[in-house]
Amino acid sequence: MKQIRITVNGKTYELQVKPWETLLEVIRDELGLTGTKEGCGLGECGACTVIMDGKTVNSCLVLAPEADGKEILTIEGLAQGDKLHPIQEAFLEQGGLQCGFCTPGVILSTKALLDENPKPTDEEMRRGMAGNFCRCTGYTKIFESIKAAAQKGGK
Amino acid sequence: MVTFYRRLPRFEYVQPKSIDEALSLLAQHKGKARPIAGGTDLLPKMKRREIEAPKYVIDLKALPNLDYIKYDDKKGLSIGALTTIHAIETSPVIQQRFGILAEAASTMAAPQVRNRGTVAGNICNAVPSADSAPPLLALEAKLKLISHKGERILNIEDFFTGPNETVLTDEELVAEIQIPPLPSNSRGIYLKLSPKRSMDLATVGVAAVVITEDGLCKDIRIALGAVAPTPIRAKRAEDILRGQRFSDELIERTAQTAAEESRPIDDHRASADYRRGMVQALVRRAINQALS
Repeated sequence: MKQIRITVNGKTYELQVKPWETLLEVIRDELGLTGTKEGCGLGECGACTVIMDGKTVNSCLVLAPEADGKEILTIEGLAQGDKLHPIQEAFLEQGGLQCGFCTPGVILSTKALLDENPKPTDEEMRRGMAGNFCRCTGYTKIFESIKAAAQKGGK
Repeated sequence: MVTFYRRLPRFEYVQPKSIDEALSLLAQHKGKARPIAGGTDLLPKMKRREIEAPKYVIDLKALPNLDYIKYDDKKGLSIGALTTIHAIETSPVIQQRFGILAEAASTMAAPQVRNRGTVAGNICNAVPSADSAPPLLALEAKLKLISHKGERILNIEDFFTGPNETVLTDEELVAEIQIPPLPSNSRGIYLKLSPKRSMDLATVGVAAVVITEDGLCKDIRIALGAVAPTPIRAKRAEDILRGQRFSDELIERTAQTAAEESRPIDDHRASADYRRGMVQALVRRAINQALS
C-alpha cells in the first residue's frame, strides 16, 4: 500500500492506495464520487475525464500513486451549492445531453477548453472535444451548448 | 471466449528521485521492470494483457531536469524525456523553427492523452504509425540513451527495429531527443492520412523537410510512417531530387520512388496497394507544400 495525499474539489484526502489502483477507482470507490464514469478504461472515450493540476486527463490512465500531491477537479466540484456552473446551465438549457454518461467528461473538457481559450472557433472547439465520445447526440447539441457557455463567458 | 480486462494486473510502484537511482533500479530488476512516463501506452497494454505484467513499474516523473525544451542556434533543439506531447505542440520555439514537429504532435490522439503522454514515450513504444517518428526522422534527430553503464547517442534511424521494437535494452532510458538546427531556407511538412481527424492512428504518415537554394533542391529528407515494420526514410527517393532543379516530373519520380521504397501491409485500416498509392500522393503533396 502507498500513502497518497490528493486534493479533490478543494478537499484534501490522505489515502492508502494499492499501486495498481487507478485515480478513477479512487475517485469512485474510495471517495464515492460516482459522477466520473468508466467507459472504455483505455483512454479512448473520455468518460473518465477529470481536471488534474489544470489539465484534462483520462483518470483511468493515471495510477493512484501518480496522483499524489495533485489537485483534482471532478464534475461534483463545479456547482457552488445549489448553483450550477454556467457550463452546466448551458448544457441544460441547450439540451446538450441524452443518456448523460459522457456528460461529466464532456463538461470538464469544455471547462478546460474555455479556461484556455474563452472564444474558440468551431475548429478549435472540435479539436478540444476530440477526446470525449458521445454515442447519443451526434455532437450537434453538445457543440451548441459549448457555444452558449462561451457566450455566457462560462469558465 | 473473449475476455475484456479493465483492471490492472498487480505490480509494485517505485518512484526514484534521481536518474542514478532510476538506472540502478532498472539494472537491478532487469526484465522485470517497466519505466512509465505518461503511461498512455503502457497502461492500456497492461490492462489488455498485451504484455507480461511487470513486477515493478518505475515512475520517471519525479526525476529532476528531464522536462524541458531548449534551443540554441548552434546545437539546435533538445527535448527532455518527460516533455509532454502538449508541451511540444504549444512550444513557440518548436512552432517557429520545427513546425513539422508541432504539427505532428497536434495530430496525436486527444487533449487528455497529449497532456499526459510524452514524445520520448511515443518513440519508445515504437508503433509503425507513431506520428512523432516521421518528423523526427526527417529532422535527423539523435537520441541520448542512458544506462548505469553510461550513455550513447544514436541516430533515430538506427533506433527502431520492428513493430513495438527498438534497440533500447532493459537497462536503458531515452533521456533526450536532439534535433540539429535547420537553415532558414528549409521547410518541413507532415501529412497524416487518417479517416478521423482526431483520436486515430495514421493510415499513412509522410514527413518531408526540403532545403532550397537558388531554386535548387539543396537537400531533402523524406520519412514515412505506417507503411513498413518501422518508420523509415525514403533515401532513394531523396537522391532523385537532391541537387536538382525542381520540376513536376522530378517531384513525381521522387514520390513514385518513395512509394516503391515503402513496404506496407494489408490490414483493416487499408490495403497495401492503397497505402502505396497514398505514399506517392502525399510525398508529392508534401514537397509541393514545402515549396509553396
